[in-house]
Amino acid sequence: MIDAIAVMWKRQIKTYLRSKHRLIGSLAQPLLFLVAFGFGFGPIFEQAGRGNYIQFLIPGIIGMTILFSSVMNGMSLIWDKQFGFLKETLVAPVPRINLLIGRCLGGATTSTFQGIVVLAISFLMGYKVVNWALFPVGILFMFLISFLFTLLGTSIASKVEDMLAFPTMMNFMIMPMFFLSGALFPIDNFPSFIHAIAIINPMTYCVDLLHYTLGTSASFSFMLDMGVVVGLMVLLFMIGTYCFNRIET
Amino acid sequence: MIKLKNLSKRFGKFTAVDNINLEVKEGEIFAFLGPNGAGKSTTIKMLTTVLSPSEGEMEVNGYDVIKNKNKVRESIGVIFQDHSLDDELTAYENLYYHAVLYKIPKKERNARIDKLLNYIGLLDRKNNLVKTFSGGMKRRVEIARGLLHSPRQLFLDEPTIGLDVQTRSFLWDHIKKINKEQGITIFFTTHNMDEAEKIATRIAVIDKGRIKIEGTSRQIMEKTKTGTLEEAFLKLTGRDIREQPADNHEAMRKRRRR
Repeated sequence: MIDAIAVMWKRQIKTYLRSKHRLIGSLAQPLLFLVAFGFGFGPIFEQAGRGNYIQFLIPGIIGMTILFSSVMNGMSLIWDKQFGFLKETLVAPVPRINLLIGRCLGGATTSTFQGIVVLAISFLMGYKVVNWALFPVGILFMFLISFLFTLLGTSIASKVEDMLAFPTMMNFMIMPMFFLSGALFPIDNFPSFIHAIAIINPMTYCVDLLHYTLGTSASFSFMLDMGVVVGLMVLLFMIGTYCFNRIET
Repeated sequence: MIKLKNLSKRFGKFTAVDNINLEVKEGEIFAFLGPNGAGKSTTIKMLTTVLSPSEGEMEVNGYDVIKNKNKVRESIGVIFQDHSLDDELTAYENLYYHAVLYKIPKKERNARIDKLLNYIGLLDRKNNLVKTFSGGMKRRVEIARGLLHSPRQLFLDEPTIGLDVQTRSFLWDHIKKINKEQGITIFFTTHNMDEAEKIATRIAVIDKGRIKIEGTSRQIMEKTKTGTLEEAFLKLTGRDIREQPADNHEAMRKRRRR
């Protein structure tokens, strides 16, 4: 059982590492945001008396890197559907749930890796670790959030056939999730209706968890953040298993 | 060993497989023939557990296909109609991952992989990425993979489509050999009547989801009062050219295969 999960995990990582373009391409966007916002908004943020903007921004940018790359991990499932490898795994004597877990662990690992690369680069931008004891916990949360959003992307991908439509559809979903999550600005200043959207946006709680561990100030209680992330993970895991068991070729 | 009883598959209003009954005995080489859209692939998909039937019963190697999917999966090898290797992995990795998924003991994995790679003449290309292979080489890797876990039954869905003469003759020579030496039951579909006539011990012709005739090629020619299997086939299924719904993805996959 563990073998099948491990082999799917390994395969996701191997194919990722073999695609240098994917690695470089996926770093471009977070770096662009980091530079544009970090240097652009930093002085305004600081004039408003909210403290060091880079310290605030980095957890959000890490969250963004993870959100985008994790949801897009669903693409690998659509790719496998189109180019046939999925069938090979579907006729194998392995419970589908193990295929799902292996794929998602693999996707979560590569997304976390990307998050770590962005984190490393952010040191060059002047980011400083606030609490070294919490730093490894932050990495662990990055993995947890990666797994959550990889599950989301993969579950959706199990229902989508169109390779070109998937990224467009996903952008439509993840862009608002990112902008209305407190990744770039503190959400307590949002007008009330946007604030309401931020409250029901799961990404808000993910970013908050990263603020707890990698940043300076958080908005909600730690228990609430964890509750939302773990609860959603359980829910998505059930949905993903249901969808995966029903894939037919 | 395959047993089909009153098997049907409907997609909405369209009936792809319409109440078929079929039996294939252990050690047979069975050809499943039919024009485009006749229901061949749909039947294979149901037999290989990736599509669930609307009605009916199926048994493969003594296991119920619906209730005992994993037992069926362990006992069969499948060579799909279109490409199913991971192009970003090497030939060795493709086979190794298969060995893990099929629970081949760790100690045996490498020896078996080398043996099969040698068998298909690609041992020296073991560590090359599959995407650098030609269509025929990919097909050979797929055959090696299908045999890696020593299945009792092999399914091949149009295995020779798009292959050159050399690869085609290689494929059939080896299929006959493993059937003879290891007693593996073979179930295949093809559009090539010569192949069916030469290779198969028994043949069934399916059209519009129903089985038209079943028997040895000689029996089929006698029953239809024709001189060749091709004539018999045309007499049974008519000369109308079948329309198959265009499928972009399929076309894309085929292109990638070359």
